[in-house]
Amino acid sequence: MKQTITLGKVTKFVGLGFLSTFKDLFTGKLEKEDLQNFLRKIVVPIASVFLFIGLWHMGAESLYNTEAEFKIQKALRDQGPEAAEAMRECIALGDLSCRPNTLPSPAQVWESYKSLLRDHQIISADKAEFADKTAVLNQKRLAEGKEPIVYTGRPSFVDQIFRSLKTVFAGFLLAFLIAVPLGIFIGLSPTLKSAFNWFIQIFKPVSPVVWYLLVFMIVKTLLIDSSEDSSFTISFISVGLCSMWATLVNTAMGVSSVDKDYINVAKVLKLGAFQKIFKVVLPSSLPLIFTGLKITLSVAWMVLIAIELLAQSPGLGLFVWEEFQNGANDSNAKIIVAMFVIGIIGFLLDRLMLTVQNMVSFNKTEAI
Amino acid sequence: MAYLELNNIYKTYGQGDNTTEVLSNINLSIEEGEFVAIVGFTGSGKTTLVNLINGLLETTKGEIRFKGKRVEGTSHERGVIFQNYSLLPWLTVEQNVYMAVKEVFSKEPKPVLKQLVADYVDMVGLTPAINKRPKELSGGMRQRVAVARALAMKPEMIIMDEPLGALDALTRGNLQDEILNIWEKDKRTALLITNDVDEGIYMADRIIPLRPGPKATLGPEFKIDIERPRDKTELNDNLNFKKTRNAIIEYLMDIGNERKSEAKAPITLPELEPKNFVDRFELKF
Repeated sequence: MKQTITLGKVTKFVGLGFLSTFKDLFTGKLEKEDLQNFLRKIVVPIASVFLFIGLWHMGAESLYNTEAEFKIQKALRDQGPEAAEAMRECIALGDLSCRPNTLPSPAQVWESYKSLLRDHQIISADKAEFADKTAVLNQKRLAEGKEPIVYTGRPSFVDQIFRSLKTVFAGFLLAFLIAVPLGIFIGLSPTLKSAFNWFIQIFKPVSPVVWYLLVFMIVKTLLIDSSEDSSFTISFISVGLCSMWATLVNTAMGVSSVDKDYINVAKVLKLGAFQKIFKVVLPSSLPLIFTGLKITLSVAWMVLIAIELLAQSPGLGLFVWEEFQNGANDSNAKIIVAMFVIGIIGFLLDRLMLTVQNMVSFNKTEAI
Repeated sequence: MAYLELNNIYKTYGQGDNTTEVLSNINLSIEEGEFVAIVGFTGSGKTTLVNLINGLLETTKGEIRFKGKRVEGTSHERGVIFQNYSLLPWLTVEQNVYMAVKEVFSKEPKPVLKQLVADYVDMVGLTPAINKRPKELSGGMRQRVAVARALAMKPEMIIMDEPLGALDALTRGNLQDEILNIWEKDKRTALLITNDVDEGIYMADRIIPLRPGPKATLGPEFKIDIERPRDKTELNDNLNFKKTRNAIIEYLMDIGNERKSEAKAPITLPELEPKNFVDRFELKF
């Protein structure tokens, strides 16, 4: 049987079903009864985005005015009316030296976003140039058995995003490799369950910061001889340990609560232990395992920022922290840019997991 | 010695004060090639009885012998068709049947097994749906898959636990005929558990009512002396059919009434005078 794959099906499958309304809009297939749908699914979300930006703009302006007024009053108090007048002019001109430092407005954030992209282009060009220059030399060094020269310049914002994604996926993989097998064993054996229960209950609520410190204590000693930077290792292990609990608990629950009918089938067919686990128990607990993995991935992404910040491991977390410490006039705006990027990537990761879940699971779940 | 023999079977659930005796003193023997139906009310312990025979449960007292050997655990010799189909939803029709076949005939090469699966799926008329998953099938089709799965294992005895209970009357009738056709081909021993007296009479050689639990036990058996193949429409005019049917239903009704009267502890009603509502709602013209 041949199945046709349409754009609508694909978008729905990956949990972006609302996008198909756009397609209908452009292909002119919109029926009258779709109009209400169109209003609800497209117009209302867009309107709410504008409302959000509007409120943000107004809030930012009011904060800006408060801050400006405070600066003028302070100048008046400390240095007299002339200084206050100078300050007022200075602020009105938008000079960097006296600009009030507060919540940036949407426009400022957009500017920062563009400047970060420009910055990325400059750094990329620089990198390409560096690679060109060192290509011949590196080949020679490799032939001689020496380490090649690598680019050691400042990473761009986009580089930081990819570093963060690398850390989060390494951590997620670690969580997956520990939690799924362990969860299966715990789910299958009541003895193991009671052995591990206290362990899970106590370690589950531990904060990411504490996990980081724990991993730091151990990894620091383990890698004492290594000259390499251990910050990446520490941060991905912390992310993994911190986020694996949802998968562990869900897997154990899924495995231990397989429908009794399926177990009866396995018994009547006299399936061996191995067959029973792989043909009956695991497929039937896949939906719960994936729910766990979805939570794990979103928790991993959420704690990543805090852990990168602590571990000084390059990535978005470090970017945010450095911008905060930096205190340049557009630092606040850059932090907000990072915030949106983190949120959007988190959303996309969630959809990615949903797509994978839909592909492997018999139990099709709609996007929530 | 009978093919399947149940001797003084007792089954209790729970422990200590919470013990409930579900089955009590069950005796049954089924000969080879016989089609026996056990009829009973819902909740009378029919499924417990079936699970004892197929080996999913253990008896508390007494023993079950199949071909002279004590039943311990499940066996491929006794195929089971479950009440709720019990198909694995992540496998297609073919995979569901194949999984069973592969366990039984593990030494056969794959093409032989595939052919066997195809034959049995064809037998229940599901070849067009062979690559579909249970979710895409109707209730009747799902039960056909369950029938194909049980039969493809070529069991010596087939145990059916209300196999058609969840189906509508029309589908039910069709499937009854299909199961009978298949059964008549190689006359396997069959045990049918049902709550439908007509179904039992239409399909079985012998009907045994199960007196409802707790402490359910088997009642007297009713022989069905109606020539096979039986015709459903003619059956309604068959004197023998009417007689047996009435006898069984009367027996079951009597049990029901007996139980009701047992449950009838005298309840003292409060002494009340009926209120005069007429005065209160007097119609005024």
